[in-house]
Amino acid sequence: MSSIELLTNKEYKYGFVTDIESDMIPRGLSEDTIRLISAKKNEPEFMLEFRLKAYRNWLKMEEPQHWPNITYPKVDYQDIIYYSAPKQKATKASMDEVDPELIKTFEKLGIPLTEQKMLAGVAVDAVFDSVSVATTYKAKLKQHGVIFCSFSEAVLEYPELIKKYLGTVVPTNDNYFAALNSAVFTDGSFVFIPKGVHCPMELSTYFRINNSESGQFERTLIIAEEGAHVSYLEGCTAPKFDKNQLHAAVVELVALDDAEIKYSTVQNWYAGDEEGKGGIYNFVTKRGACRGRNSKISWTQVETGSAITWKYPSCILQGDNSIGEFYSVALTNHAQQADTGTKMIHIGKNTRSNIVSKGISAGKSNNSYRGLVKVLAGAEGARNYTQCDSLLIGDKCGANTFPYIEVSNNTAKVEHEATTSRISEEQLFYLRQRGISQEDAVSLIINGFCKDVFRELPMEFAVEAQRLLGMKLEGSVG
Amino acid sequence: MLEIRDLHARVEGKDILRGVSLTVKRGEVHAIMGPNGSGKSTLAKVLAGHPSYEVTSGEVLFDGKNLLELEPDERAREGVFLAFQYPVEIPGVSNAQFLRLAYNEKRKHLGEEELDPLEFKDLLKERAQIVEMDAGLMSRSVNEGFSGGEKKRNEILQMAVLEPKLAVLDETDSGLDIDALRIVSEGVNKLRHADNAIVLVTHYQRLLNYIVPDYVHVLYKGRIVRSGGKELALALEEKGYDWIKDEAEESQPSAASA
Ligand SMILES: Nc1ncnc2c1ncn2[C@@H]1O[C@H](COP(=O)(O)OP(=O)(O)O)[C@@H](O)[C@H]1O
Ligand SMILES: [Mg+2]
Repeated sequence: MSSIELLTNKEYKYGFVTDIESDMIPRGLSEDTIRLISAKKNEPEFMLEFRLKAYRNWLKMEEPQHWPNITYPKVDYQDIIYYSAPKQKATKASMDEVDPELIKTFEKLGIPLTEQKMLAGVAVDAVFDSVSVATTYKAKLKQHGVIFCSFSEAVLEYPELIKKYLGTVVPTNDNYFAALNSAVFTDGSFVFIPKGVHCPMELSTYFRINNSESGQFERTLIIAEEGAHVSYLEGCTAPKFDKNQLHAAVVELVALDDAEIKYSTVQNWYAGDEEGKGGIYNFVTKRGACRGRNSKISWTQVETGSAITWKYPSCILQGDNSIGEFYSVALTNHAQQADTGTKMIHIGKNTRSNIVSKGISAGKSNNSYRGLVKVLAGAEGARNYTQCDSLLIGDKCGANTFPYIEVSNNTAKVEHEATTSRISEEQLFYLRQRGISQEDAVSLIINGFCKDVFRELPMEFAVEAQRLLGMKLEGSVG
Repeated sequence: MLEIRDLHARVEGKDILRGVSLTVKRGEVHAIMGPNGSGKSTLAKVLAGHPSYEVTSGEVLFDGKNLLELEPDERAREGVFLAFQYPVEIPGVSNAQFLRLAYNEKRKHLGEEELDPLEFKDLLKERAQIVEMDAGLMSRSVNEGFSGGEKKRNEILQMAVLEPKLAVLDETDSGLDIDALRIVSEGVNKLRHADNAIVLVTHYQRLLNYIVPDYVHVLYKGRIVRSGGKELALALEEKGYDWIKDEAEESQPSAASA
């Protein structure tokens, strides 16, 4: 007698296309494509080698279509344009030289880039299709020794840092999509926080896919030296196209002794229509290495968009006493599919990890949590706590939990708790009896369900995340 | 204020209310008593618009408006309040947040300015005194881990915040020890005034020692079989429900025995 039915998504308000001339390379992927991308970016030789090595690995690898709980038609990798950049001057002395169309696009997305309007306290790197088009507060950050710039710029300006860290957390042969990314990535963000510095503002990257044929392959590398602290946010949207676009990103984080990196994502890629037509394939590899003693890496993600989400932000807890955290809300509606979770690899002594996963499924969507907790023999006193909750709305959706636990040290303590619940008619009636509308009631219950994750988000992001969930799940009594 | 005319309602294909008529005027307190299963909670839920209960005939007017065609939240904003027999838990939503949302919905409805969290905190603190509610319960999730008595107090706190025109209290006395019963009853008495009306649903007379009703009605098998003043409640206390049942069976012989 479930009378909870969902109305359609409220119109996806980021679905517009920017009309801008682009510099594109021909469709398809080969060693020549990679040489072309590398040449376009004037990259040093070591980068080209890195890419070619990855490409050769990729050719030998198999697309992971079997083990994740997702289904999709085979992607034709020769039918993708691997480089598409808005035409504009390569180097921009100031924001005034950024194409006004791009400034307008980002403004429409709520990301003002001009000096007068920039968000206070948040520095933004804006990535449009294959390239970074602007980075705010760069100079101000530099005064503190913080490097925040596009990945392309970092390759040219700080090749030693790139050489030292790139591919050390996610090797080029790590998995199919990471190998592909390593071969063809075009831009992304680079962050370096030197020893002892607490980054004076939030850093963020906003990813925008605009070209229906190009997909996005970006690379993010964040390094926090001894005692450094940084909080980094990422957001993303894409126009509504009937065709699927591939987004295969790699994010690598490195935390040295006593360093802390907090990485938050609000993912709102276009999800496709109700029948599952169109939308982004979000196949992403995110991993952080807690290399130093007492270091800490914390992932918070709110995944609301994409036709398919396949990602497992992970922590390698190498340093003694290091801490890994994963807080996730994954919402699927209509025909969306998500297979997401985390991996916590305990190597050092007294390492700790905490996992909180909240899955919300509606429509005929499918939502799986997949998590690995691995404790190696040397990880004396390691501890993990996992809480995995699923909330179902309606009776055509699915939720699954796949926890993998491998413990090789008997002093380790690993706890896993899982629950599945539904929004009940009685809860809705109770709230409505107090004058709260059906939509607000659903949204209140969902936000309550996600509270443990939302409170990990920076304030503005938490508000945005709550609004997004409410918008995605317009409920109605049928 | 409230006029119920020959109301019939069913749930899960079962007829529960079989012709209830009742008029409640401003300033009055009515008690509805009756044995378990007679349809008291059903009547309360039908008035509040619970989607599982289907009205098959009859009408309900509230301040002249047809209540039955309004959504549950619209009824609430019009001033109908139900204190639930079994209050529901809402994990992760703080009591204060929930109460503020509900309160602001009402203010919006009245065209008044919404209160921000700080302003609301003051109001909440003042209203919480009415039911001697512990401040610690405001930051906890709605009803989660509350004792039976705390849940009932929380219902009356909501009534104190929302100041409804018509409050239907469904077995608010059940599960309360004697001290809590006194506190809750005194709270309700403080909220009772010439402009609002209260319908007390209860199965025991003891609540009526504290909240003295103007009228007492006995609901049995989905009909009001007897109405009177507060002395009717005392008679029920003394003699139980059996004599009412017998009387009702005599005057309304069932199809089988006819
Ligand atoms: N949701 C429901 N589903 C099925 N039967 C119900 C439901 N609600 C009430 N009933 C039935 O209706 C009758 C009256 O119940 P109720 O109104 O709760 O009585 P009271 O409150 O007077 O004890 C009972 O027989 C009860 O089992
Ligand atoms: Mg009852």
